[in-house]
Amino acid sequence: MAQLFPKSANYLAPASIAALVLVAGGAVGSLLALDYAGFNQRRGETVEQPVPFSHEHHVAGLGIDCRYCHTAVEKSASAGVPPTSTCYNCHKIVWNEAPMLEPVRSSYRTGQPIEWNKVHDLPDFTYFNHSIHVAKGMGCATCHGPVHQMRLMRSAQPLQMRWCLECHRNPEKFIRPKEEIYNMTWKAKDQETLGRELVEKYKVRPPAEITSCGTCHR
Amino acid sequence: MSRRIEGAETSMSLPTLRPEPLDDLPAGPAHFPLDLAEIRERLRTRQGPAFWRGIEELADDARFREFLATEYPRHASDWDESLDRGFSRRRFLELGMASMALAGMTACTRQPVEKIVPYVKQPEEILPGVPLFFATAMTVGGFAQPLLAESHEGRPTKVEGNPEHPASLGGATAVAQASVLGLYDPDRLKVPTKLGILDTWPHLVTELQAAAKAQKQIEGAGLRILTETVTSPTLGAQMKAVLTAFPKAKWHQWESAGRDAVRAGARIAFGQPAETRYELGAADVVVALDSDFLALGPDSVRNAKAFSARRRLVGGSKEMSRFFAVEVSPTPTGTLADHRLPLRASAFPAFAEALAAELGLAGFARPSGLDEKALKFAGTAARDLKAAAGRSVVVAGDFAPAEVHAAAHAMNEALGNVGKTVFVTDPAEAAPVDQLASLADLVADVKKGEVQVLLVVGGNPVYDAPSDLAFGETLLKAGLRVHLTAYPDETSRYCQWVVPMAHFLEAWSDVRSLDGTAAIVQPLVEPLYDGKSAHELLSVLLDETPRKGYDVVKEHWKSARPGEADFEAFWRKSLHDGVVPGTASAAKVLPVRTAEVAQALAAAATAAAARPSDLEGVFRPDPSLLDGRFANNGWLQELPKPLSKLTWDNAAIVSPNTAQKLGLQNEDVVKVTSNGKSVELPVLIQPGQAADVVTLHLGFGRVHAGRVGNGVGGDVGPLRTTGAPWVAAVTLAKTGARSPLAHTQQHFRMEGREIVRVMSLPEYVKDPAKAKGHGLPPKDVSLFQPGWEYKENAWGLSVDLGSCFGCNACVVACQSENNIPIVGKEQVGRNREMHWIRVDQYYEGTDLENPEVHHQPLMCQHCEMAPCEVVCPVAATVHGAEGLNEMAYNRCVGTRYCSNNCPYHVRRFNFFEYNGEREKEPVLKMLANPDVTVRSRGVMEKCTFCIQRINRARIVAEREGRAIRDGEIRTACQQTCPADAIVFGNINDPAAKVTKLRDEPRTYWLLEELNTRPRTTYMAKVTNPNPDVEAG
Repeated sequence: MAQLFPKSANYLAPASIAALVLVAGGAVGSLLALDYAGFNQRRGETVEQPVPFSHEHHVAGLGIDCRYCHTAVEKSASAGVPPTSTCYNCHKIVWNEAPMLEPVRSSYRTGQPIEWNKVHDLPDFTYFNHSIHVAKGMGCATCHGPVHQMRLMRSAQPLQMRWCLECHRNPEKFIRPKEEIYNMTWKAKDQETLGRELVEKYKVRPPAEITSCGTCHR
Repeated sequence: MSRRIEGAETSMSLPTLRPEPLDDLPAGPAHFPLDLAEIRERLRTRQGPAFWRGIEELADDARFREFLATEYPRHASDWDESLDRGFSRRRFLELGMASMALAGMTACTRQPVEKIVPYVKQPEEILPGVPLFFATAMTVGGFAQPLLAESHEGRPTKVEGNPEHPASLGGATAVAQASVLGLYDPDRLKVPTKLGILDTWPHLVTELQAAAKAQKQIEGAGLRILTETVTSPTLGAQMKAVLTAFPKAKWHQWESAGRDAVRAGARIAFGQPAETRYELGAADVVVALDSDFLALGPDSVRNAKAFSARRRLVGGSKEMSRFFAVEVSPTPTGTLADHRLPLRASAFPAFAEALAAELGLAGFARPSGLDEKALKFAGTAARDLKAAAGRSVVVAGDFAPAEVHAAAHAMNEALGNVGKTVFVTDPAEAAPVDQLASLADLVADVKKGEVQVLLVVGGNPVYDAPSDLAFGETLLKAGLRVHLTAYPDETSRYCQWVVPMAHFLEAWSDVRSLDGTAAIVQPLVEPLYDGKSAHELLSVLLDETPRKGYDVVKEHWKSARPGEADFEAFWRKSLHDGVVPGTASAAKVLPVRTAEVAQALAAAATAAAARPSDLEGVFRPDPSLLDGRFANNGWLQELPKPLSKLTWDNAAIVSPNTAQKLGLQNEDVVKVTSNGKSVELPVLIQPGQAADVVTLHLGFGRVHAGRVGNGVGGDVGPLRTTGAPWVAAVTLAKTGARSPLAHTQQHFRMEGREIVRVMSLPEYVKDPAKAKGHGLPPKDVSLFQPGWEYKENAWGLSVDLGSCFGCNACVVACQSENNIPIVGKEQVGRNREMHWIRVDQYYEGTDLENPEVHHQPLMCQHCEMAPCEVVCPVAATVHGAEGLNEMAYNRCVGTRYCSNNCPYHVRRFNFFEYNGEREKEPVLKMLANPDVTVRSRGVMEKCTFCIQRINRARIVAEREGRAIRDGEIRTACQQTCPADAIVFGNINDPAAKVTKLRDEPRTYWLLEELNTRPRTTYMAKVTNPNPDVEAG
């Protein structure tokens, strides 16, 4: 009876095992890479919205302050998404016939809320509080990126725990004066020195404390 | 017939909520046959620790020891095929391997896009993410339980006591805490039905108004309205208006666990209706005659606040009141007694006579037929009462005979207590009547065919009326029958029209507390379904166009307060505070007709002696479900009842010697027969129970309660008759069957170590630090980081064992605050209850028939040297920077090592998707506290010291640039505790209340020999028995 396996099979067998390890490892590695890159969190993707609201236009173009719409940001965990009536304050006068804004008008008319698609979505076991970050000198742009350049909203940062901890471990690298919180373009001349000063001034808790689990998980 | 409501009940299944038969459950402690004679002997000659948790422990059976050997006894951690039929071990392993292989992939799912739904017009006061609190009140048994309800963007999630209202002072009961679950109960009646077919409110209005028109012709001769006890001023006024518009109509009232005896007692004593309230804070001696005044009844929270304050030994005080309790069945209140006497129900008139005679009241003779022990007890109590004349109270319980109430009035008057510790006022009720007679009157009228229109406004008389009235069958003889009810219940089946009743968090109303103080019942949401209030139903009879509840209530107060200069301001302030100013009843001085009282009491004592029975059946409302109105509330069903620690069941409760006499064992099913009717119940042997008495709890055996309450326990209602609503002669017969009970008394046991510490007042005066042990743990170590020093906040909790009487309010408050699921009877039987705080109970003493009872609330101790943390392989439970022992649920992989290593047994594991009900029933999603993670299967959890409340307060304080103030954070258990037994705070702050309590000499910590250094400390209980009495 002829040999079923040629001699070369002796080399193929371990080679295939090695290949398998490589392929499996590569697969796991690329999946991890996707996760690290923020693919799973839809980082950097613009999200379709019922009304194509442009932060670029409203923030950079018109110079509206963040807090005109996100009214709860200094007082609550949630920054607050504006009610239809906030949109309507202006749009009953300007662009009041634009077809693009029909969902706003119809919402105001019927009392049915506009359903926006969430862009920044933390896991349900993580409790983030806007008000304390704003009070301690965290600027909007630090986490939300250059919102004034975004036509449609996208998530600029991965919002993963690893990313959160970068700042919770080294707040001085990101902290800014309270007057500049809502400034989209602010940049420190010497972040290192200023940061250390501000951490002291704003009494930011030491990294050990703000990295303990109960700070965000409960 | 797809529109029928009935069909809907069976189409959905709620496996974890429905109590399963426990036939295939392995033997638990209650299954072991007990030799009570041997136990008694063992107890007498016992060495070592004086405390015991239950009779099984005393039996020291080998099987019982084995039962305790594992952390979750009863094979709790085994795979059990009975749970999931057709699911084999092999299949489990297959799936296990497959899920291992796929485990890495779960992180690779892309997050789904969620929606943000903002307001259209945002109400001014609402900030998304910041809860608002509104004052309101719950009505239980007709009386107010004043509350503050927490609202998250318009969604009520939690209630707290209203500190402004004298009937709450910030505390709330277990049933009040569970009321939020009732709001979101998916089994509630959702739309009006006529003959079981869905119908509409306008249709009912048309029909009812046509009937009312016909009644108008005959002055309402055929109109009857049956309500529960009514203290609501608005409803009272509406009823009055109905009776004016229909002069021949009649208003009946019925409350199954009602206070007929209290009303009748006042009538005997004063010749007119009157209400009594107590100032226990001013009482040096309290004698309770079958009264559970701390845990049950309209004024329980106020009583508990005052009573515990009077007995709390802090700040060097060496004075406390002395409390005598005489009771049939042990109650939470009785467990605080310094002297306690178990007594048959029929002997109470004789005992009251003896007490009055000992006090030297004219006309009261020393009765015959009272045993030596009882007479001696009465003598001691009388001596102490006399010594504290003007500073003492005699309290008669709501279900004690009327004559005993009258005697209590006479004794309080003779002792000069009236106006000092006892206040007599006009009743808060709109129309106090003898409800039993009122109901019987209605039945007689129905039988005569006189009733053409009957409105049953709330209540469930078909289920809970005395059986000899045959209320259900009789009801069918009435003409148009309309039932306003929260659930389609037993009574609804006998009515053509069934109208959903709005929950108190959905509808406008008002209600008074025992002292008369009115509160406006303010809704927090629009009715979830088509619910209507009693006011709206009565408005159909009174107004051409039925008015909204808001208008009815507000207009009532407008007409009741014509003197208010600015009514709108008055109204807004009443709503805001939850108290209507100037409504408390003024104290009156009514002379007691002592001769009549003595005569009535002697007659009652003679009558009781003339009807001797071998065995007395005593009916009592269930401590959790009351008269059965909360039968469909899973939180209350699963709440371990005080003393028996029973869940999901009722039992025939007997004393050890009665069990021995009748040859009964725990869980033996017996047939309880009275007046030719019988009910089968399992036996539960309860130390402290009076001999020859069977306690039977109302509220069980419901057939139309809902998916949770149906078929739980046995209905003892058939044994109750109009002649004997509270006590009846019964016989017990063994059926030979056994029925497992799921009780938690032996769960998480502590191996007989010195956990609970008790001393007497003289011992305390001699050496206040007797119970202290080695003192507070040093603060030099922390598991957080090597050498970590708590500079600012270090959280700690102090629990006063002397105040706790085991009412369970904390358990439900914690459940509501922390999204804790219920698990069902079968899982409780496996020790898998999820309560983060439990109230342990210890017996003390050598008398099996009357031991002392001590309670100990136990939650995570937040140890500095936490044994759980060091064994977690994934660092899911770690130390926080302020000393909390924190849980990161998303890290937990469910090894349960932490739980195995916890000496306090306070960790709870999600063996199943207990929270799955929230997914299946969308309405239950509204119940959850949004600030606390909802845990899923395979995750360990435990008390967090309400970390969400700590974080909320910390963020506010940091924003304002200040330290957290003492008292700013209150844990859920602390906030609701009617006895103020729990105090939370920063132990680094020397001025904080908790620090002061920790420095008290009574303070000790649990299991100090293990060096776990808990942040939770306990204060030893101090009792104040009369030093002249040896025992008893």
